[in-house]
Amino acid sequence: MVKSRQPSKEQVKEWLSEVTDPEIPVLNIVEMGIVREIHLREDEIRVDITPTYSGCPAMEAIEKAIGDRLRGRGIKQVEVRRVHATPWTTDWLTAEAREKLRSYGIAPPTPGDSEQTQCPFCGSSETELRSFFGSTACKSLHFCRSCRQPFEEFKRMAD
Amino acid sequence: MTLSGRHREALFPYLLRLADDRLILGHRLSEWCGHAPILEEDIALANIALDCLGQASALLRLAGEIEGEGRSEDDLAYFREAVEFRNCLLVEQPRGDFAFTMVRQFLYDSFAELHYGRLRSCPDAELAGIAAKAHQENRYHLRHSSQWLLRLGDGTEESNQRAQGALQELWRFTGELFQTDRHEHHLIAIGFVPDRRELRPEWDSRVKGLLAQATLTVPDESHQVAGGAMGNHSEHLGHLLAEMQILARSFPEAEW
Repeated sequence: MVKSRQPSKEQVKEWLSEVTDPEIPVLNIVEMGIVREIHLREDEIRVDITPTYSGCPAMEAIEKAIGDRLRGRGIKQVEVRRVHATPWTTDWLTAEAREKLRSYGIAPPTPGDSEQTQCPFCGSSETELRSFFGSTACKSLHFCRSCRQPFEEFKRMAD
Repeated sequence: MTLSGRHREALFPYLLRLADDRLILGHRLSEWCGHAPILEEDIALANIALDCLGQASALLRLAGEIEGEGRSEDDLAYFREAVEFRNCLLVEQPRGDFAFTMVRQFLYDSFAELHYGRLRSCPDAELAGIAAKAHQENRYHLRHSSQWLLRLGDGTEESNQRAQGALQELWRFTGELFQTDRHEHHLIAIGFVPDRRELRPEWDSRVKGLLAQATLTVPDESHQVAGGAMGNHSEHLGHLLAEMQILARSFPEAEW
């Protein structure tokens, strides 16, 4: 069944909240701040998205998932555009998203360079940086001296 | 972006030059995948390579739009010949040993950090955004290569010798980073892009400062080679492209 009435931006945003980041499946693309703009046109929706990292390999999967999701809701034409104007920063992660990251076992980005990263498992600040580069472009490698666990941090990205 | 013919004619090669530096450097870094001295470093080099590739892809996509001939970023990466590539000679040199790779990375990162930092104020929002995103990433790269430079230079006798040897080999390619051409002069004149020639004093002082800290000696300035940005490449680029492009050329339009 094809809906004849055009959905609202809010409605589209809600649908897009069902699309998650394939590498961090606890976060959806709206709360991550990846969805920048929704353009409603007659029978067509254009979604502007911005990459967290230039080389983020999840972007293609996310583009496809957006198209599939909206077409599944009866939108005939979906265009997904990548934009870089106003580059994404980790400051755009909502408080809720940060908490989700922590409970998933990834330390949320620390606000400043000087701040000590907290272990997502035991909460200790007795941690050390092992490498700026981790299992994905957006994470760094750390080690907790208190609970002796290696862990990852969603790396801070800001100007 | 609505552009005059002159602007378009200048911006296309300018974007290619930016993109090709990132693409070729990224490819050289990716050659370390599975070969780095320790696991963390293998992951780090692959990550930096991926950032370079992502930046190249965004820049090539924009270049294709500016050109207006319907070429995608893949067309530009995989279906151009060596003479059409505009990357500098520094990035196309074979990866050498780990010291060679890290010294090259440090010399290039120090330049990119300054260059992309300035490019963020480009009046075109999309190019400014690509630059700003790249700048966030390049700062991590520079921190990484700077730390290694210190560790290798001020490390063991062997690591010092290898780093010094790499520096000796690579220094002659650094002058090209600051060379401009008529297209770039036009873009500088209209205030669209930063003047890379102006970055030289700051690059010199930062690079030489860290080299001194790493107990490495700055090589003689007199002998410099350039030409990559004009398409005059060393033989190494052809071999690199053969490997990088073979799959796309053997199976054009393939999807997987």
